[in-house]
Amino acid sequence: MKDTASNPGPRLGRRRFVEGLALTAGLASVGASRGHAADYAPGPTTLTGDRFDLVVASTAVNFTGRARTATTVNGSVPAPILRFREGDTVTLNVTNRLSEPTSIHWHGLILPNAMDGVPGLTFRGIMPGQTFAYRFPIRQAGTYWYHSHSGMQEQTGLYGPLILEPRRPEPYSYQRDYVVMLSDWTDDDPMTVVSNLKQQSDYYNYGQRTLGTFIKDARRDGLGATIDDRMMWGQMRMSPTDLMDVSGATYTFLMNGRPPAANWTGLFRRGERVRLRFINGSSMSTFDIRIPGLAMTVVQADGSDVEPIEIEEFRIGVAETYDVIVTPMQDAYTIFAQAMDRSGYARGTLCVREGLAAPIPPLDPRPQLSMVDMGMGGMDHAMSGSGHAGHDAGGAKSAPAMDMSHMDMSHMSPEELKQHMAMMAAAAPVAPSSDTVPTSNADGIDPASLAGQPSVDNVAMQTRDRLGEAGIGLDGNGRRTLTYRDLRALHPVPSSAPPTRALEFHLTGNMQRYMWGFDGRKFSQAGPIRVARGERIRFVLINDTMMEHPIHLHGYLFELENGQGDRLPLKHTIRVKPAERLSFVFTADMPGHWAFHCHLLFHMDAGMFRTILVS
Amino acid sequence: MPRTGFLLLTLLLAGMALPAQAQMAHGAMDNNAPASGDPASAAPFGPPVTDEHIYYHLLFDQLEGRFGADAAFRWQGQAWAGTDENRVRLRSEGFVSRGEVDDGQQELFYSRAISTFFDAQIGARYDLDSKPGRGWGAIGIEGLAPLFFHVSATGYISGEGRLAAKLEGSYDLLLTQRLILQPQAEMNFYSLSDPARGIGSGLSELDAGLRLRYEITRKIAPYVGVSYTGLYGGTGDFARAAGAPANEVRFVIGLRTWL
Repeated sequence: MKDTASNPGPRLGRRRFVEGLALTAGLASVGASRGHAADYAPGPTTLTGDRFDLVVASTAVNFTGRARTATTVNGSVPAPILRFREGDTVTLNVTNRLSEPTSIHWHGLILPNAMDGVPGLTFRGIMPGQTFAYRFPIRQAGTYWYHSHSGMQEQTGLYGPLILEPRRPEPYSYQRDYVVMLSDWTDDDPMTVVSNLKQQSDYYNYGQRTLGTFIKDARRDGLGATIDDRMMWGQMRMSPTDLMDVSGATYTFLMNGRPPAANWTGLFRRGERVRLRFINGSSMSTFDIRIPGLAMTVVQADGSDVEPIEIEEFRIGVAETYDVIVTPMQDAYTIFAQAMDRSGYARGTLCVREGLAAPIPPLDPRPQLSMVDMGMGGMDHAMSGSGHAGHDAGGAKSAPAMDMSHMDMSHMSPEELKQHMAMMAAAAPVAPSSDTVPTSNADGIDPASLAGQPSVDNVAMQTRDRLGEAGIGLDGNGRRTLTYRDLRALHPVPSSAPPTRALEFHLTGNMQRYMWGFDGRKFSQAGPIRVARGERIRFVLINDTMMEHPIHLHGYLFELENGQGDRLPLKHTIRVKPAERLSFVFTADMPGHWAFHCHLLFHMDAGMFRTILVS
Repeated sequence: MPRTGFLLLTLLLAGMALPAQAQMAHGAMDNNAPASGDPASAAPFGPPVTDEHIYYHLLFDQLEGRFGADAAFRWQGQAWAGTDENRVRLRSEGFVSRGEVDDGQQELFYSRAISTFFDAQIGARYDLDSKPGRGWGAIGIEGLAPLFFHVSATGYISGEGRLAAKLEGSYDLLLTQRLILQPQAEMNFYSLSDPARGIGSGLSELDAGLRLRYEITRKIAPYVGVSYTGLYGGTGDFARAAGAPANEVRFVIGLRTWL
């Protein structure tokens, strides 16, 4: 595997991205259970039926050349693929052979609260030596996944695919069906990784701006503009290179449990339709997926059918799933999943026989955040208008981030900027909704009070609708990329009544302190968010941070308000871009303590987590 | 000297044991979290996340030999333990030359996050070295100033009513992702002279350096550089009277490291 070593791009020169072993012990367990050597295995084992015995244990693995211990289900990473049938009631006996409590959460499944598997909220967790019987009816179909909700076990391997087979025939046909589960593996103890970030939040960022990039930018933009730009970011004490907290500097990116060098392979015959069920089971990594030479038709998002849409590339946030159908005609294709910060990739191969491989494309250039991401885009509009200092209501198609030059503000001195920001913050009240639904902050705070708190390093002054953007590094890259606005449910949403109330959440954080929360508060500093049973409610998410956050609501599939009328797509996890304001609606018909959190594991554990108490 | 060394070691160990203990207590709490039994609470069965986790680190910014007209060993570092908001912080610095410990400032603070980028700290400093010891109450701030300058400012008051102040600042200039140039400066001020410790009133000392480090890993970064130590006013006079230079530029070689 010399391919990546020869990748161009000076910013990648210091990369320590680990490509892993060609033959991994991590898969040996999978191989062993299949009764043959581990040099080829099309992903984890598959278990079907309505009764499952799952054993959570520590298992020796070796993804990188160094022996480590993973948290496994029935001995494998990822955990076995579980196939349920819509309409069945399944029983899963989960036995804990660890020395600490464990749990399994069935991500995206609509089930009774007591079966949701969140220690603290729905049960105490599964104690060492104990067996917990999960039992719930399967009320939906599609691709989902499951993972531990205890400590750092999700990072150490406890994640697996769920396939819910529909009772009725699906509206699309295919001859092959593969799960493609992406994940991130570190040889370090995850708590060490978090601890490192608490001391130095750019610990894993080896794509920072340097003297070299300063000279390059000065040649391109002029010295004055470059100094202004550096002053601007320096005033804010933020980095435009802060795309992922944890990078390929420690992560090895896995596809179905295989590092890039081990090349997970799925076979096909020419002309067959192949369904690929992409699941991002990472703890912290967002991926951009493409199969060079092959168009993908997206048929499902987060397990729910969408109107087929042909694309060349899509971004998948942590915990999202996308099902695509491809019709390969050549011998071999690379499934290329590059990390959003371009610090590495997961990779596999679709081919007509084992042992083939297609070229691996070079990593794309590493994108940088702009002032738009800081919530300072469209400033000229905001500056000229007096009453429009608030937020865009949904609906307006916004320009992609790439088009908004990060030099928008270059004519302002830092002092002017500071004054202007103070003015803007004061002038930006609670965002108006696109209709007359009464809106309040979920934690009862005044968002203007967030600025300057230890837990908040930025309050976006200018939020916008960014559902029409594919995301940083994708817009304008010349490929047809999927956006959230493209998602259109195949069938009308059953309940499309307007919401009676809206709750607004600010996604907040302080990168320097590595603090994350909602409305400036961590879980331990906030109470439950109370929602009346049966209430139809809108959640408005406003991202004040410079990072994308995949926000997940347990127990419900919500309708993303992306302008698709009565075909709003159903999602369980939604990426919120920096300075974005988006909303979704759901009917709170299931009582209980439902977790609502950022699915970046370390953000969640840092307190970016709320309980939605439906009663 | 043995006594001083022992005291230093005790202080360091105390600083390190504290977080270890805190962490054990925290872990035990997690495992035994009882159900609150209150179904109206956010987490009836205990916290689902560890957002109050206690972290701890030990960092040496300077661990170096200084070579010029005379040679000295210099350390400057800090340890902290705590949550996002509340921390115990230990700062330690000093010189060792010709078997004598000099300028040994040991500080222990309670540190609290008060704004986005700054912590307020309150605690005590003890000047612990081969000279007569001095105790101070201390209060200050430490954090990240605009344009990414790491700064701290601390004021001190002794039992006898003496005042002192220390200002520190540093900046990391990334030449490449791993090659980092760090200008740094520390200034000490005293309201009254203290002949027993060779200190005059006013700006007593400026210790500045320019260090070029290479981060083999984030936690292991050897460096080379130059340091300038200037002793001013009465402090300079005391030094000259003792036959020591009041201004020194030295070559340094050292290791920046943290745990």
